[in-house]
Amino acid sequence: MATNEATSNVKRIQVRRFKPEEFPEKHYLNEEKGIWAWMTTVDHKKIGLMYLASITFFFFIAGVLAILLRTELLTPARSFMDADVYNQVFTLHGAIMIFFFLIPSVPAVLGNFVLPMQLGAKDVAFPRLNLASFYIYVIGALFTFFAIFTGGVDTGWTFYTPYSATTGGNVMAMTFGVFILGFSSILTGLNFIVTIHKMRSPGITWNRLPLNLWGLYATSIIQILATPVLAITLLLLTMERLLSIGIFDPALGGDPVLYQHFFWFYSHPAVYIMIVPGFGIISEVISTFSRKVIFGYWAIALSSLAIAFIGFLVWGHHMFTAGQSSLANMVFSFLTFLVGIPTGIKIFNWLATMYKGSIDMKAPMLYAMVFLFLFTIGGFTGIMLGALSVDIHLHDTYYVVAHFHYVMMGGMVMAFFAGLHYWWPKMFGKMYSEFWARIACAILFIGFNMTFLPQFVMGAQGMPRRYFNYIDQFQSFHVFSTIGAYVMSVAFLIMAAYLLHSLLKGKRAPSNPWGSRALEWQSSSPPPLHNFHHVPVIINGPYDYHKPMSEFQLGIAASHNGHHHHGEEAVTVDKSEKEQA
Amino acid sequence: MAQPSVTEERLEHLQHHFIDSDQQFEASKMGMWIFLVTEILFFGGLFLAYIVYRAWYPELYLLASEELHTFWGAVNTVVLIGSSLTVAMAIRSAQLNQIKGLIINLWITIGLATVFMVIKYFEYTEKFAKGILPGAHYSYEGIAHEKANIFFSIYYMMTGLHGIHVLVGIGLMLWLVYKAKKKVFHSGYYTPVEITGLYWHLVDIIWIFLFPLLYLID
Repeated sequence: MATNEATSNVKRIQVRRFKPEEFPEKHYLNEEKGIWAWMTTVDHKKIGLMYLASITFFFFIAGVLAILLRTELLTPARSFMDADVYNQVFTLHGAIMIFFFLIPSVPAVLGNFVLPMQLGAKDVAFPRLNLASFYIYVIGALFTFFAIFTGGVDTGWTFYTPYSATTGGNVMAMTFGVFILGFSSILTGLNFIVTIHKMRSPGITWNRLPLNLWGLYATSIIQILATPVLAITLLLLTMERLLSIGIFDPALGGDPVLYQHFFWFYSHPAVYIMIVPGFGIISEVISTFSRKVIFGYWAIALSSLAIAFIGFLVWGHHMFTAGQSSLANMVFSFLTFLVGIPTGIKIFNWLATMYKGSIDMKAPMLYAMVFLFLFTIGGFTGIMLGALSVDIHLHDTYYVVAHFHYVMMGGMVMAFFAGLHYWWPKMFGKMYSEFWARIACAILFIGFNMTFLPQFVMGAQGMPRRYFNYIDQFQSFHVFSTIGAYVMSVAFLIMAAYLLHSLLKGKRAPSNPWGSRALEWQSSSPPPLHNFHHVPVIINGPYDYHKPMSEFQLGIAASHNGHHHHGEEAVTVDKSEKEQA
Repeated sequence: MAQPSVTEERLEHLQHHFIDSDQQFEASKMGMWIFLVTEILFFGGLFLAYIVYRAWYPELYLLASEELHTFWGAVNTVVLIGSSLTVAMAIRSAQLNQIKGLIINLWITIGLATVFMVIKYFEYTEKFAKGILPGAHYSYEGIAHEKANIFFSIYYMMTGLHGIHVLVGIGLMLWLVYKAKKKVFHSGYYTPVEITGLYWHLVDIIWIFLFPLLYLID
């Protein structure tokens, strides 16, 4: 509350240019040494990398499970696993991909790494909380492994009651693991919101905030508003199994549809946790590789918030066939269509950004293109599923499976790869092989469509999801789909190989290999421990490619070299825009 | 709230990534407010379950709430409101640099919170003895309604979760006392006291909703 607005809006500060040091000897990766320094670090960049290692591990596990599923589906009858095992494998594939990979992927990995840098801050607002949320994530993961090795879970990732309250296996450990994981997500969102509000460098006003941060901001709002509801839902489910409290169990007088309402009140917004930060990355990448100011800055920024808002009002479209009143169905269907508007606004603004731009098809941009293509298909098929009569036919078929894989994998995972390739040189100070990156991207694109396009057809013809057996007429589709999955795994192997090669033997990356105007590129690669040796000052928008680079490298002239020494930095300036020259 | 002025040059609390004490204080406070929002949504799920079942079985709630002791519920309400006052006084003491007053007020708050938990303990054990247990374990015959177990499931979930929050609050305030005795807090830095106070007010407010919704239906 204490501000000096009245006095200091016109305060002047001295700035000078700080060119980033090329190929620094000392940086955040080698400034502190030893495993203990890593485990106890509060540096947002290192925490981001620890998340990266964890989600890579989980992506690998869940990916292997997916390959097993697809292999089982090669033949109409049993191929090599039993129906029970199949149920457990698809449950784990879904639960791990969603809770352990997709939700933390962009916010916790790339967001953690980039967010403070884009603000010109030394760290997030609560660095220790940030580390705590990583360990909470690890504890949640341990619970999940405990569940897998003590009976497994066969409920599907949605844990619907009453089945989940009565089936064997260790559902309790799994839901408790996800419950714990939720706190990690909440704390990350909380940290980001406070950081964006309170830790901006001089000159970063709301209309100079990079769109990546608008995306993360909208995501964080969803995380803090939706995740607590999942927490209470899973707590009630845990209590259902532990004490038979009966709120969701019809045998004890409870209502199972109430569970579905609770669950989707979180999990539908969670779908947007899994896509909105991807939008942020795409905005950065498209602008950078088109060398052009973003088209419709505010339209893109506000449409993220609009998606976050509308996302809270559409959960009922998961229950069109669960006995909701027809009025509720109509309202939810209508609101579902509304989501298409802000999403369409984004797509058109990105296309308009590229129009007459100087497009450079580097690997991140290639992934962004793949994103635009696949995500649009995913979005349109979502609108079809939101139509009431069509959904009655398509509900719980492979059409739904194909739809959400186009959104989640074709959308978010591709956006994640776009971001990973975009910020890789900043994160590790190494370049990767552009050639192999493009090859992998192309193979991934082909494999992805081979896998999931046939599933639209199958679904429309009536192939139900989550079935271990199927009638013979679907076999050719399933075989094609499985081959597609194998093609994708080849792409992932190539990616793993060239990224590993880049880490070990890659060429040193310059501080700004893409010529971006964004603030995080105005520090060296890899950045120093506290991100900048000066306090950055921003006088232009983050996408003003028509202005010279020197205007993007300003910092407060009088400041001493950034780190350590507490008191000394309590200098003259604080927030608000002073420098409008 | 008063502005933490840095008159006496005590800055050992200032973390390296903040520019000044103001920024650190504002950030912490905003973080706590956001956390409180998540708490409201967390409890919101239970309030929703309460509303849904009450809309379906209004007569059940009338019958079942008679099993709850309005008197002790009212005492607990007064106790918690009193503790909110003392925690506010603790913050005031910290702002005025009166560390002794801060410690005394924290101890009173801890005492009141403990009284609340003791009363809650007697309420619970009395019900357990009658066979009023959540869900499937329910065996009490005194309420003529087949879904009485659901009401008490909701009752135990809501008050139980609230009770856990009270216990967490007690823990936090014991930690504050420990810190205050080590002379960590002063008028330029009392952020933990302030945000624990915010948390405690929320715990209080949730009870102020629970009390009429559960005890005062009739």
